[in-house]
Amino acid sequence: MSAQPRALPSEARIDYVLQLADSNLILGQQLGALVGHAPALEEDLGIANTALDLIGQARHLYSYAAEVEGRGRTEDDFAFLRAERDYRNLALVEQPNGDFGQTIVRQVLFDAWQLELYERLQHSSDRRLAAIAAKGLKETRYHFRYSGSWLVRLGDGTAESHARVQAALERLWPFTRELFDEDDADRELAVAGLTPALPAVERAWSDRVSALLAEATLARPANTPFRWFGRRGVHTEHLGYILAEMQHLPRTYPGARW
Amino acid sequence: MTASQLWPLYEIFIRARGGLDHKHVGSIHAVDARMALEHARDVYTRRLEGVSIWIVRSTDIIASDPADADSLFEPARDKVYRHPTFYEIPDEVKTL
Repeated sequence: MSAQPRALPSEARIDYVLQLADSNLILGQQLGALVGHAPALEEDLGIANTALDLIGQARHLYSYAAEVEGRGRTEDDFAFLRAERDYRNLALVEQPNGDFGQTIVRQVLFDAWQLELYERLQHSSDRRLAAIAAKGLKETRYHFRYSGSWLVRLGDGTAESHARVQAALERLWPFTRELFDEDDADRELAVAGLTPALPAVERAWSDRVSALLAEATLARPANTPFRWFGRRGVHTEHLGYILAEMQHLPRTYPGARW
Repeated sequence: MTASQLWPLYEIFIRARGGLDHKHVGSIHAVDARMALEHARDVYTRRLEGVSIWIVRSTDIIASDPADADSLFEPARDKVYRHPTFYEIPDEVKTL
């Protein structure tokens, strides 16, 4: 955290808040699609709880973004009336649910990142963001506990479950580079004390994930030059379908209420 | 292995507040104790029902046989003198 932070343009602040909000919303939407389809009733509820936590956090973040913006937009406007390129979520969270193993791998990679991020973001110079992170941290700790224990169970389970989660890990690993690749905009946020420096988050995430993979008897994939920048609005083909389903109703019936 | 062997049944007890006892609230299936605790949390504490969870493997509970109910419980029926209803309870005592 810099001693003399430069004033941060509000666009940069809004953009960062939307990165967090969008990742939470899209992952929450993805998990929501599993309700009624999880392997057991108990998992159904566990996954739904996580989905609701994530969407709840997204709502706080969207409301904050709307306040900073000050143009009268609401959380719903952000969620339902923006196009694909305006979305700032990590490409990781828009990857398909796949089998249960893939859902769990995606969740572990995300939860470990969110956990390490919130641990630091709760000390942000932005007090509102710090408060949202501190509140979310309690939920995220449980999410990681849940997804982590499943990863160990599947990785250290049968030959079939091991092979499936290892394959999911290979498939999703390249999308984790985006969590830590810093560009000028990221560095500007860190210099202003709004966000933690990404290399510190990466080290903590890497240690946490490595320890878990070892316990799950899974091999950690090598980092590849592959890059995707969902945080800058460049998405994989999956996001369009997710948004189409999620936004269909409010776009077809503007202002619709329950 | 059958499903019930892979995912045995656990009984769930929740303490609503500090100072109260754990009460049976239901049961869940899980593969191990840790998962059982997580399932119990996810299924039975969604609406602030409690501050503490106990779980017990259902097979570890030793239950009386309903067929024995006559010999176990019927003999107490006509022994009303075992109830402390013959005592005068002072007004100051609220929760006896």
